[in-house]
Amino acid sequence: MAGINELRERIHSGSSEEIVAEYLEKIESSKLNAFITIARENAIACAREIDSKGHDGALAGIPVAIKDNISTKGIPTTCASKILTGYIPPYDAHVIERLKDAGAIIIGKTNMDEFAMGTSTETSFYGATKNPWDLERVPGGSSGGSAAAVAGGEVPLSLGSDTGGSVRCPASFCGVVGLKPTYGVISRYGLISYANSLEQIGPFATNVRDVTALFDVIAGYDARDSTSIKKEANYSSALKNDVRGLKIGVPGEYFGEGTDETVEKAVWDAIHTLEDLGASWKEVTMPHTKYALAAYYIIAMSEASSNLARFDGMRYGLRTEDSDWHTTFSQVRAAGFGDEVKRRILLGTYALSAGYHDKYYLKALKVRTLIKRDFERAFSDVDVLITPTMPYPAFKLGEKIGDPLSLYLADVDTVPINLAGVPSVSVPCGFSGRLPIGMQIIGKHFDEATILRTAYTFEENTDFHTQRPEGF
Amino acid sequence: MYENPDGVKIGLEVHVQLNKLKTKVFCGCATDYHNDPPNSHVCPVCLGLPGALPVINKKAVEAAIKVGLALNCKIEEHTQFYRKNYYYPDLPKGFQITQYDFPISSWGYVMIEGEDGEHRVGITRAHMEEDPGRLVHEGTIDKSKYTLIDYNRSGMALLEVVSEPDLRSPKEARRYLDKLRNILEYLDVFDGNLEGALRVDANISIMGGQRAEIKNISSHKGAERALLYEIVRQKNVLRRGGVVVLETRHFDEAREITLSMRSKEEAHDYRYFPEPDLVPLKISGWAPAIKETLPELPDARRMRFVEQYGITDDHAKALTSELKLAIFYEDVAKKVDPKTAAVWICDVLKGELNYRDLTIDAFKREHMLSVLELLSGKKITEDGAVDIIRTLLDKGGSPEEIVKEKGLVIVEGDIVSTAAEEAIKENPQAVADYKAGKEKALNSLVGAVMKKTKGRADARAAREVLLGKLG
Repeated sequence: MAGINELRERIHSGSSEEIVAEYLEKIESSKLNAFITIARENAIACAREIDSKGHDGALAGIPVAIKDNISTKGIPTTCASKILTGYIPPYDAHVIERLKDAGAIIIGKTNMDEFAMGTSTETSFYGATKNPWDLERVPGGSSGGSAAAVAGGEVPLSLGSDTGGSVRCPASFCGVVGLKPTYGVISRYGLISYANSLEQIGPFATNVRDVTALFDVIAGYDARDSTSIKKEANYSSALKNDVRGLKIGVPGEYFGEGTDETVEKAVWDAIHTLEDLGASWKEVTMPHTKYALAAYYIIAMSEASSNLARFDGMRYGLRTEDSDWHTTFSQVRAAGFGDEVKRRILLGTYALSAGYHDKYYLKALKVRTLIKRDFERAFSDVDVLITPTMPYPAFKLGEKIGDPLSLYLADVDTVPINLAGVPSVSVPCGFSGRLPIGMQIIGKHFDEATILRTAYTFEENTDFHTQRPEGF
Repeated sequence: MYENPDGVKIGLEVHVQLNKLKTKVFCGCATDYHNDPPNSHVCPVCLGLPGALPVINKKAVEAAIKVGLALNCKIEEHTQFYRKNYYYPDLPKGFQITQYDFPISSWGYVMIEGEDGEHRVGITRAHMEEDPGRLVHEGTIDKSKYTLIDYNRSGMALLEVVSEPDLRSPKEARRYLDKLRNILEYLDVFDGNLEGALRVDANISIMGGQRAEIKNISSHKGAERALLYEIVRQKNVLRRGGVVVLETRHFDEAREITLSMRSKEEAHDYRYFPEPDLVPLKISGWAPAIKETLPELPDARRMRFVEQYGITDDHAKALTSELKLAIFYEDVAKKVDPKTAAVWICDVLKGELNYRDLTIDAFKREHMLSVLELLSGKKITEDGAVDIIRTLLDKGGSPEEIVKEKGLVIVEGDIVSTAAEEAIKENPQAVADYKAGKEKALNSLVGAVMKKTKGRADARAAREVLLGKLG
C-alpha cells in the first residue's frame, strides 16, 4: 500500500491525475460503502491543475478523503443524515483550506454514523460501511468510512473526527493509524458540531509517518475557532525510532471486565516490545474511570441537543410540506433525523431541563473535572499511558445496533481521553484471528510528539501495520 | 414624597443594539445594513450554517463594559456566554448566545427626574447577547400567509439592560428610557435613530399583585402608553374582584393596548448551559483602562454648564438631554453671551425644531451665531430673530440674506422719530388718555410706531422716543 513518499515519487515521475484516477476507480468499484459522495470531477480537475502548474505543498497531488461532517465548499456535506439532503456548503472548513494550500486533492466525502453518533457507522442514512478485513463486520465508528477507505486502499489519507473515540475506534477495527489530537490543536471551524467541548478532527493513514505528515498540515491556530490554541510545532521532525527512557503507565481500569483476552494479550505484548526497546512501565490507577462513560454521554448528548437545533429546514437541507412554523420544523426533524440521533437529542434535552440540569449535566461536569485530575496525577509520574483502544475487535454488522447501551459501553476506553482533552493515537498491535487489534497511546496535553514517537518506534520494530486485508 | 397611590412597580428590560460597532458580535459582517437589501450582510456564522463558530468581537465587549461603567455597575472579573435554547425561525442556530451566570456587569444605578425629584433606579444587570434576525409578515402576524426572514440583523451586538422594579409610574419609565438613551448616545455606542435600535420589555404590577410582562415595545412613547393601559387593565381586574395573573402580554402599538400571549406556567424552559464554543473571558483588567476613556456623561455636563456658563439648571438639563444639542450649545456659547445663547437655543430654536419634527442637525451653528450676533449688535429685533430662524428652517438661505430680503434691519433715529410724531398727531385720544394718567395708552402709541416701521423698530427704543416727545 502506497505511502506519501511513494506517491510523491509517482506524481513526480508521472502525474497526480493518474494516481487520482486509480483511486477513484477503486472507490467506484468498492464493496465497502466507505463514501457518501465521490468528488470525481472536482478531484480530476484539481489534479490536472497541480500537474500543469506544479505545487510545492507537502501533499501536492495526493488524494485525501474527508469525513462527511467537515464542511467542503461546493461538495455536499451530509453528516450521513437525511436532514442535510441537498445542502452544499458555501465555505471550506479550516482543515480543508489547509489541505488545499498543501496541494491535497479532496477525492470524496466518507460515510459515518449520522452526525457522528455511533460506534459502528451503522446509523448512517446512506447504509453501513463494511470492514475490509471481514465484510460482515463493522468498521467501527463514527468515522468508519474514513478508516475503511484507508484500510481498503481506496485512499492513502483521510480525516475523521473524534468526540468519544470516533477516530481511534475505527482505526483499531480497521487496522490503521488514527490520531485524536489535544483539544484545541486543530481548528474546529467547519466541523459540524456533535459535542463541541469534546471533539477534534483527526487524521488516518496506514502508518505513523503519514498520519503525522497529515497532522502537520492541518494543525495550527485559527482565529475563527475560539478554542483553537496558538502553538506552532513540526511533529514529523519529532519522529525518532527511540523510546529509551520512556516511562509508560498502564492503568488497570482499562483492562477491565469485558475486555477480550486476545486484545489484552496483544496490548501487553506491545508494552513488552516497547520495554525491550528501552522503555519502562508501571501500573497506575485512574479511579474515576468507571464514571467516565456516564459523564461523557450526558455532556455529549446535552451539547448535541442544542447543536442540532439549527436543523429546522428553514434555510437549507430537507424540507417537508409547508405548514405553520411548529408543524413544519417538527415534521422536518421527524423525517430527517434517524433513531439514534433522536434518542440523543431527547436524552440531552432531558439532561439540561429545569429540575434535572444539576442532577445530570452539572454532575457530569464535576465528574469531568475528576477525570482530568486522574490524568494529571498519572502524568506526574509517566510520559504516556497505554491501553487497548477498544475492548474487543470489530463486531458483526447488526450485532449490537439493536442494543444502544451495549454500543455505548464499547466506548469505555476512549471517552475518558476526550473528557480530559488529552491526545491519543491508536496503532495496530496485533490480530485476533483475521481481525486487527489497536493499542491506544495517550499523552499529556500538547505532547503529541511523544505519543507519535512511541507509536513510530513500535511500528518500526513490528510488522502489524504492513499487513493488509485479503483482496484489498 | 410621591405617594404612588396604585402601588405601581415597574421594571424594564431594555434591549439596546450596539449599532455603532463596525462589525457584528460574533462574526465580521458589517453592521451598516439599514439601507441594503435583505440578507446581504450575512456569513456562515450569523446564518448559523453547520460547522460555523462564533468568535467574540472585542470591541463589543469594550462597549458593553463602557455602558456598565456609565450605569455605575460592578464589572465582573470573568464573563461567560450561555446558550438559551428555543426554536424560532428568526434564530438560525435554534439557540441564542446570551449571558446567564457571570453577566458582564451588574448592580448599578441610574438617576432620573422622578415624580418627587431625583430618583434612583437600580440596574440589576447589563448583559451581552446576539440579536436574532427580523421576521417580516405579510399583512398582520395572525393572518399572514407567509413570513419572510431577513438575517441582516442576526448577530448584531445587543446589550440587555435590566432594571430593578424601582419605577413608580409610566412617566418615570419614560424618563428612565430617555436617560438611558441619553447616556448611550454620550458613550458613542448607540444610534437611537436606526430601526430596531432599542426594544423594551416591561414588567409591571400594582398593589403588590402578580406582574405582567409586556413585550414588543419599540419606543419610549410606546412604553408609556403600554404601561398606562396596563395599569388601567390591572385596576379593572381588581375592581371586578379578579386576580391579576402572571403572564406575558403583547403590546399592539397601533391600538395602544396589551394582549395576553401566554401564561408563565407554559413558559419555555430555555435549558441554559455555557456556550462551549466561546471560552470564558477574563475582563477584570479591561475596566480601568476603559474607565479612563469614558466621556463626560449627561449629569456631569449639566452641572458643568450651570457652573461654567451661569445658565439655569432647567436650561442645562434641556441642553444636555441630547448629546448633539449639548455640543451645539457649547460651540455657540463660546463665542457669544452664553446665557442669551441658552435662552435662544432652548426656548426658541428647540421649540421651532420640535414643531417641525426636526433634530438639531437641521440647523447650522454658524447661523445661530449670526442671529445672536445680529441681536446683540441691535441690528435686528427679537421678532426679527424669530422670523430668521423660522425662515432658515422652512426655506434655507443665510441670516444675512434673510435680513436683506425681508428688510429686517432695525430702524432708528429720524425714522423712528418721524413715526413717533405721526403717531402722536394721528392718535389724539390716546395722547389725551396718557396725559390723563392712563399708562396703558402709551402701548397703543408704541403699536402705531411699530406698524409704521413695519415692525423693524425696537419697541423699547420707540417707547423712549414717544416718552421724550410727550414730555
